[in-house]
Amino acid sequence: MKLYDSVDLAARNLREAVLRNSLTTLGIAVGVASLVAMLSLGIGLQRLASQHLRTSGLFDTVVVSSRRDLRSFNRDQDRGGPAPAESPELDEPARLRIEHLPNVVEAYPDIRFVTEFRFDDKPHLTMVAGLAFSSKDSDGFEGMQGRFFSSGDAHEVVIQKSFAAELLGKTPSREQDDTSVAEMAKPLLGKQVVMRYGEREVTGGGDASAYSVISRQLPLTIVGVTDLDPDSMRGAARARLFLPEKLLLGLHAMQAYNFRESSVANSDEATYSTIIARVSSAGKVDSVEQAIKKMGFNTFSILDASKGLQTFFKIVDLFLGIFGSLALAVACIGIVNTLVMAILERRREIGIMKAIGASDRDVQGLFFAEAGAMGVFGGLIGVVLGWAIGRAIDIGTNIYLHRQGLQPQHFWAVPWWLVAFALGFSVVVSLGSGIYPAVRAAKLDPVQALRYE
Amino acid sequence: MGSTTIRAVDGITVDVPEGEFVALLGASGSGKSSLLNLIAGLDSPTSGNVNSGGKELARLTREELAQYRRHIVGMVFQSFNLVPRMSVLENVELPLRFAEIERRKRAELSTRALEKVGLGARLRHRPIELSGGEQQRVALARALVNEPRILLADEPTGNLDSRTGIEVMELIRSLNHSLGMTVVLVTHEQALAEKYVDRLISLADGKVISDQVNSKAAARGEA
Repeated sequence: MKLYDSVDLAARNLREAVLRNSLTTLGIAVGVASLVAMLSLGIGLQRLASQHLRTSGLFDTVVVSSRRDLRSFNRDQDRGGPAPAESPELDEPARLRIEHLPNVVEAYPDIRFVTEFRFDDKPHLTMVAGLAFSSKDSDGFEGMQGRFFSSGDAHEVVIQKSFAAELLGKTPSREQDDTSVAEMAKPLLGKQVVMRYGEREVTGGGDASAYSVISRQLPLTIVGVTDLDPDSMRGAARARLFLPEKLLLGLHAMQAYNFRESSVANSDEATYSTIIARVSSAGKVDSVEQAIKKMGFNTFSILDASKGLQTFFKIVDLFLGIFGSLALAVACIGIVNTLVMAILERRREIGIMKAIGASDRDVQGLFFAEAGAMGVFGGLIGVVLGWAIGRAIDIGTNIYLHRQGLQPQHFWAVPWWLVAFALGFSVVVSLGSGIYPAVRAAKLDPVQALRYE
Repeated sequence: MGSTTIRAVDGITVDVPEGEFVALLGASGSGKSSLLNLIAGLDSPTSGNVNSGGKELARLTREELAQYRRHIVGMVFQSFNLVPRMSVLENVELPLRFAEIERRKRAELSTRALEKVGLGARLRHRPIELSGGEQQRVALARALVNEPRILLADEPTGNLDSRTGIEVMELIRSLNHSLGMTVVLVTHEQALAEKYVDRLISLADGKVISDQVNSKAAARGEA
C-alpha cells in the first residue's frame, strides 16, 4: 500500500475513536511541551550567559603579543615557532596583516600608559587606555551615565566610577561603594580634564628607534561615567580612564615598551606591545588564533574557559532534557495502550483486509501511520504549549525582576532547531511506541480475526 | 479438558478445472469452510498441498500469499464483511489500495464493478444503508474489482432471504459465464447449489463423501 493510502486510512481510523485518540495525542503534547519548556529554559540561560560574555568582549577577542616580549601572556606558546630574537615585530604592517585575516573584524593596538590628569587644578595619576569605537556595543557600557564617544577621534573621555570618585575628592573605600554612578556623573559630565603626556617625536630620519620626548597637554571633555569593571573589557585592564583609540594612537604618546624598542627594534615602523584582534564570532576564535600563531606571534584568548562553560551548559541541557522526556515516556505508554485497544476493536477489520489482499507490511504500515500521526499532532500542539509555558515563565520572571528594580532578561529561547528536534523526537518516539502494536496487528491470523465478533 | 486434535480437512484430493462452478456441500463442521480458507491461502495445511493456478500455496511466503489473495482470488463471505464506516465505493476500492492502483483509476474500476452488480447509483451510501442483498452485491463487486481468476464464496446466501439469495446466485452464475471465472461455493443449501453449479462435492468430517457432476445443470445446459 502506498504511503498516502496508509496515511489516509490512518486518519479515518483516528477520527473513528476521536476522544480516545485526542486524549492520547494530548498526552504526547504534554510530554513534548515539558521537553520544549525544559530545553528552552536551558538554552535561554545559556544564551543569556553567552550574550553577556560575548558583548563583554571576552569571547570574541584574541590578544596578540610579540614573541620578543618575554613577558608574554602564555609561556607555553613560546616553545613552538621561531626563537624570540628571530620572531617578527608586532608593528603596523603586522597589525594590517592580522586585520586582513578571515573572520577578523578589526585589529587595533592596545595602548595604555600611566599619566597625569589635571582636574580643578589638582593632579591625578592613573592608567589611561584606548577604546575602539566598536566597544560602544559592549555590555560593559550598560548603565553608563552620559554617552559613548561621538567619534573615533573625538577629544572626549569616559571615566571609571572609582576615578570619578577620586576627581570628586571622595575617599576611596575597600567596602562596597553604594554611591550610584548617576550621582557621581552629574557634577562631572561636560567638564574638562587635561591630560599631560610625553609625545614621542621621531628624530632619526625615519628610524623609529631614534626619537625625542616632548611634554604635551590635551584638554578632554568628560562625556561618560561607567561602572565598568576595570579587570574586564578588551585589554583595558586596570585602566580607569578611556580615550578613543584613534585619538590616542595619533598622539604618539610615550609608552613603557618604547624603551625596549630603542634597544632591540629592527623595524622602521611603529611597533606595539599588544594588538587586540576582534573576531566575528566566538566560534572563529580558534582558527584566527592558529592563523596568528603561524605568523609568528603569541596569542591569548579565553576560549578554553568558554569551552568549559559550554560543557557545563550541555550537561545542564542533558539533564533538563531527561526530566522533560519523562512525561513523553508516559505518553508513549498511552500510545501503546490506544493502539492495542484499536487492534482488539478492529480485529475483524484487520481480518477482512488480509482476506482481500493486505500484506503484513500493509497492516503494520497502517498502525505506524496512526502512531506517527498522533506523534505529529502531539508534537505540534506540544511545541506551541511548550512555547506558551516558556513565555509565561519569562513574563512572570520579568515582572518579578521589574519589581526588584532589575533589568528585564530573556531566560527562555525556542530556536528553530528545537522546534524541529521536538517534532522529530515526538514522531520518532511515537513510531517507536507503535512497533509493538503494529507487529501484533500484522501477525494476526486472518481466519481467527474473521471469526471475531 | 485437554487437547484433542480435530482434522477439519482430512485427506481430500480435489481437482477443479479453470472456469468450473463448484459447490462444497455439507453440514456445519464438515470442513467446507476450512477447505475454502486453504484454497484462499488464509490458512495453511499441516500436511499436503494446495495447488492453485500453478502455485503451491504451502511454499509461498506470507507476502506472496497476500499477493495471491490480492490478484488471483476474490472472496465473498456470509456476513458480507464490509467496513461499516466506509462508503460502498470506498469498500470496493480497498483491495485496489493494497494493489497500489492509482487513485483516479481506482474510482473508475470500482464504479465499473459496482455497475456490474447493479449498484452504480449507490456509490456514496454506507453499508448500513443497504439491504442484505445489496450489501452482498457490494461484497461481490469488491471481490471482482481486481479481476481475479477464482471466486471463493463462503455461504453467500446464508444471511439473505430466499428471493435475494436467488438474485445473488444468478449474479454469481452470470459472472462465472461472462468472465470465465472459476467459482468455489460453500453452502449447505443443496437445492440452491443444484440449480446453479456444475459440480457438487459433499463433505463430512473433513472428508469428501461424494464428488459428482450436477446432472440438473448439465441437463439444463443440453436443453
